[in-house]
Amino acid sequence: MKKGYFGDYGGQFVPELLMPPLLELEQAMDTIMVSKEFQDEFAALLKECVGRPSALTFCPNLSHDIGVNLWLKREDLNHTGAHKINNTLGQALLAKKMGKKMLLTETGAGMNGVATATAAAMMDMGCKVYMGAVDVERQSLNVRRMELLGAEVVAVESGTRTLKDAINEALRCWISTQETTHYCFGTAAGPHPFPLLVRELQAVVGREARMQYVERNGALPDVVCACVGGGSNAIGAFHAFVPDESVQLVGVEAAGTGEPGCFNSAPLNLGTDGVLHGTKSKLLQTDDGQIMPSHSVAAGLDYPGVGPEHAALQAAGRAIYGSVNDEQALNAFKTLSRREGIIPALESSHAVAWVLENADKLQGKNVLVNLSGRGDKDMDIVEHVLDQGE
Amino acid sequence: MSVSPLNTKIREANAKGKVALVPYLPAGYPTRERFWEELDKLDAAGASVIEIGMPFSDPVADGPVVEAACLKVLEDGITLQWILDGLRERKGRYNAALLLMGYLNPVLQYGPERFARACAEGGVSGLIIADMPIDEAGFLTDALKPHNVELIPLVGLNTSRERLEMYAKDAGGFVYMVSVLGTTGQRDSLPARVKEKLAEVREVFDIPVALGFGLKHPDQVAPFAGLMDAAVIGSALISHIEAGGDAASYMDIWTS
Ligand SMILES: Cc1ncc(COP(=O)(O)O)c(C=O)c1O
Repeated sequence: MKKGYFGDYGGQFVPELLMPPLLELEQAMDTIMVSKEFQDEFAALLKECVGRPSALTFCPNLSHDIGVNLWLKREDLNHTGAHKINNTLGQALLAKKMGKKMLLTETGAGMNGVATATAAAMMDMGCKVYMGAVDVERQSLNVRRMELLGAEVVAVESGTRTLKDAINEALRCWISTQETTHYCFGTAAGPHPFPLLVRELQAVVGREARMQYVERNGALPDVVCACVGGGSNAIGAFHAFVPDESVQLVGVEAAGTGEPGCFNSAPLNLGTDGVLHGTKSKLLQTDDGQIMPSHSVAAGLDYPGVGPEHAALQAAGRAIYGSVNDEQALNAFKTLSRREGIIPALESSHAVAWVLENADKLQGKNVLVNLSGRGDKDMDIVEHVLDQGE
Repeated sequence: MSVSPLNTKIREANAKGKVALVPYLPAGYPTRERFWEELDKLDAAGASVIEIGMPFSDPVADGPVVEAACLKVLEDGITLQWILDGLRERKGRYNAALLLMGYLNPVLQYGPERFARACAEGGVSGLIIADMPIDEAGFLTDALKPHNVELIPLVGLNTSRERLEMYAKDAGGFVYMVSVLGTTGQRDSLPARVKEKLAEVREVFDIPVALGFGLKHPDQVAPFAGLMDAAVIGSALISHIEAGGDAASYMDIWTS
């Protein structure tokens, strides 16, 4: 297989000016990241700062309600409230060892921004976060958190003013700051080596979950399910299970309002092959190859592309990708909160919603959902929508 | 292989002791009709190569001026097909060599083979794809070659000697050296490192060297006499038109 590819997907479709920092990063992965010293330090950070291993929680009430044994991998219990911290601490540690002084990133829901700002503060590095102006407004709590952590948050006014445009601006910024700055890419998309790097840093989720599950049940789960934005939490959850052919891997995309022809964030379900942000994958695009605006009530899923490894897993038939709409996700948000006392992020609510929506087909099965984050950040949105609806 | 018209046109200007001018204008800018008028004016004013921008929704190598112009023409419904059809109708009309510049995805969706054929039918001699480093370019150069369309390498201040040599192996029309570690857009001064890198690029490539990104006035390139053969001008031209000027009055700045 060609270097930097997963099947037909992946690659490095970036301006030549970005090839040197990508090659430098690849080199650092091959030397620094594989060293015992790095791995030990990273493991210590995950344990002592993130709070790993995160719990594996059985949901007795909801399982009883729906006739499906529902298990949650609790990334919501991590420091800063989502899986993103696994990735940002790993990348920040690597960047520090590469001699970089600054972390640059993009954020949609703000979770990657908060996690990067946190890692920067811990490593005594500067931090700049690009965030679409729409997201600055709908995830304002996270903007305040990032600023408190010492990061500069730049609201992006161009294009659709969401995650896609924040990535454009961050890539532009990286071209001119590459000598001192590491682009702490927030998900398993983007140009090689990011999809690989982010997967390796998030694979801890699935490794732990697999061990915990087998320890408790003496067998593997039937289904592992996770929401898919760029795809980092899902690929992290899937990776350790890929060789286990009995385990069905299910990614869940955001169908937006769910009406036919609506803007959505489901490129694996509704997109076609194309190139965006340095990688070949599935994309929401017009026949002319222009990128379409995406939509989801969950800002962290609101992206017209997806990581290339997911496109490859789908093409190979190793994983399937479903979708749920905003209303179904909001319903799952409420249901999990009331039945289990766990308030999930709206992104993670999509994965829970898929289980609720497909419960009839999953009767008696053991389903492990990666609960990628907690829902505190979404209280404003949810109250607003529920007020209107009820 | 025959010598590319891109090369020939630049050398014609150089033979008269001049730096060749390579203006950039997004297709359909400022309006559908005026775009073709401005193209005629650029040609009449002595442009050696005209770079026509193929708009893309997410132009990561571009600064705010080019991005805004591209988003505007996309709103006006400009497509690759519109550009290629317009050029086919006007084939043979321009003295300048023609170049299309854009991003990979629209070309991919059009189909590389079909695109290469349409370029040839429209009199287009070269292509710049801003998000296509040489490592990924094989399939595209394969599609372009039978139609004598050149893929122009973009290199920068941070491109290693090794990578310059990779690009030099296959390059035909000219090499485009990006003057800044940054995106397109006018700048008042260029980095000091430009001179040294231009000399290195000159040494590695045996085709004309163009300098671009950030240029707005001929005084900026005066220090590089002898190290560069062509100047690419984009944002400054767009801003000039935006402010009410036209291509003819803009070209005066560079030719008088
Ligand atoms: C809690 C949470 N889950 C999931 C996602 C989606 O991203 P990814 O698919 O990369 O995990 C985000 C992104 O912001 C998030 O904040």
